[in-house]
Amino acid sequence: MSALTKYLRWDTAVGILLIAVFLAGTGTTEGFSDTANLSAALDDTAEIALIALPMTLLVVAGQVDLSVASMLGLSSALAGSLWDAGWTFELIVPVCLLAGALGGLLNGWLVTRIGLPSLAVTIGTLTLYRGLASVALGDKAVADFPEAYAKWARYTETVPGTFVPYPVALFAVLAVVAAVVLHCTGFGRSLFAIGAQEEAAHFAGIRVKRIKLALFMVSGLVASFAGIVYTLRYGSARADNGVGLELVVIASVLLGGIDFDGGRGTLGGAVAGVLLIGLLNNLLTLNDVSNEIQVIVTGLLLVASVLTPRVIATLGERRHRHAAAAPAK
Amino acid sequence: MRLHSRARIVPAAAAVCALAVVLAGCSGTTKNDTAEATTPGASDAKADPSAPIKKGLKIAFLPKQINNPYFTILDGSGIAAAKELGASAKEVGSSDAKASSQVSYINTLVQQRQDAILIAANDPNAVCGALKTARQQKIKIVTYDSDTGKDCRDLFLNQTSSEQIGRSQIQNIAEQLGNKGEIAVLSATSNATNQNTWIEFMKDELKKPAYKDMKLVKVAYGDDDDQKSFQETQGLLKAYPNLKGIISPTTVGIAAAARYIGGSSYKGKVVLNGLGTPNQMRKFVKDGTVEQFSLWDPKKLGRLGAYAAASLASGRITGAEGEKFTAGDLGEYTIGKDGEVILGPPTVFDRGNIDDFDF
Repeated sequence: MSALTKYLRWDTAVGILLIAVFLAGTGTTEGFSDTANLSAALDDTAEIALIALPMTLLVVAGQVDLSVASMLGLSSALAGSLWDAGWTFELIVPVCLLAGALGGLLNGWLVTRIGLPSLAVTIGTLTLYRGLASVALGDKAVADFPEAYAKWARYTETVPGTFVPYPVALFAVLAVVAAVVLHCTGFGRSLFAIGAQEEAAHFAGIRVKRIKLALFMVSGLVASFAGIVYTLRYGSARADNGVGLELVVIASVLLGGIDFDGGRGTLGGAVAGVLLIGLLNNLLTLNDVSNEIQVIVTGLLLVASVLTPRVIATLGERRHRHAAAAPAK
Repeated sequence: MRLHSRARIVPAAAAVCALAVVLAGCSGTTKNDTAEATTPGASDAKADPSAPIKKGLKIAFLPKQINNPYFTILDGSGIAAAKELGASAKEVGSSDAKASSQVSYINTLVQQRQDAILIAANDPNAVCGALKTARQQKIKIVTYDSDTGKDCRDLFLNQTSSEQIGRSQIQNIAEQLGNKGEIAVLSATSNATNQNTWIEFMKDELKKPAYKDMKLVKVAYGDDDDQKSFQETQGLLKAYPNLKGIISPTTVGIAAAARYIGGSSYKGKVVLNGLGTPNQMRKFVKDGTVEQFSLWDPKKLGRLGAYAAASLASGRITGAEGEKFTAGDLGEYTIGKDGEVILGPPTVFDRGNIDDFDF
């Protein structure tokens, strides 16, 4: 029985579902497995995928950052206004990243020093950062970024010999780093410990506050980087870029089997969740499935992702009790 | 420990700053030293006016958002006209009015090898990269309702000239108000290309001496969201007690504003004008909340779109200035400067004629 529960883990199931969607798409839909389409579909999830990495670590540690999409917008607006003011792009990028790290620092500071729940803090900074974005750029749109920079973010430019666009390639590298950090280091184990029992983790000598602060800073940093990718990819810096994106990120992470209560999940699952939503939407769009139905499909998957692991856990527990009650053979 | 963590953050921030300064020293690219190379809108291909309309063309309508009554009518009429031409047409799109959603749809339409895409752009720049890729695959791009950059499409179908709309909005409400009083505008999103152009023309029209007693006090944005437009109307009337009129040049905005005014003490005191659809506004005209409003006929715009797309995809036109094409019962159209085609002047709807229209 333990083998069954082992293989029926939700994140594995999402991985299998991802492969199934890919195979079904290749078999049924003309153009789906074309490299150009896969590049476009992957590139479309680039920002979501990037932000999902620190989000996974945060949720594992029992935290959440809802301000990421606003930070993306702030970074985009900042990039636009600085570019408009005649700054070099090489200077704009570090300034945006610095803004992201500072935004993350503020989130982390409010959570760790003032002791507020991250959900409440980041709902507040979600509004704050979006407001700052509007201050930075107003209702303007800046669009005249040079092709030399913009091309790196677009799906038409890929890592030579592959169909992987550069932002996605970067995501792949960062995903490996995040996976190693989460699953192979003491730091990663600390995150699970904090997510499972923060108090206990604290008394076990884990520097809970400092770890949380670092996580929020990384989250802000990655979100601001995603803002630059977004700006270049769409060739449009605007204060309202990425509105609502935080929910897609969190949905993808939860779909990947990361427990919203913290302490459980795998990075591979989260990555599979991101890719599954991206590929599934692409496949449904290619088949002219309407947007409403796509939203419903994503919603059902999400409900399933929250429900299924609990159902399996309950079943496993019941079997376990049953086995314990039966006389030994 | 507190000191410890701070001691780490400060050098880290300092390092980032130092890096920034060093990079600033390097000669990077700035806005000023990039000469934007723009490719001309029309392709080198020659138009063949006598070419037959190809059968079995694949045409897609990509509105700002689906389930928006205005686009449902427009695209529906375009799809019907395309079928008359022997083409297969469809409407695709997202329920949010976002440029990012439109980009993923454009990419999938390219993958589906459509012959022509008609798009009402949510952001004139953000969709450009994807549209250019589509054009490289020989897909014809027609913008309608809201244009993109000129080098991202073959044709732009303008409902009427922006100038005609903007000026007529002021002229109509001025007549209702006797050229006197404070007015406000309730627009869609602050980035909507068409809305902003109209508002510029409204402001310009107001500079004329005839309107010296009229004042535009505020441009509010309802984001083409019913609830937000409703609240913005409420806000305008609260903030400006001397407000005599509201112009809402968006179908979502004017209906929401009419709903608020119709249910408040402002009914009959504040004039509401703008752009709306007869079916949406009929009850407000009948109950006296709204005297008149105007709009082009979206069904005609949809038909024009289908004919323009089919003519482009069949090689009858290339999008160059001066080329002519016929759009069935709508008659002949001439392509103007920068690939712009103008449908015609807007129609004013009031108690007298509103029952003649059903859209």
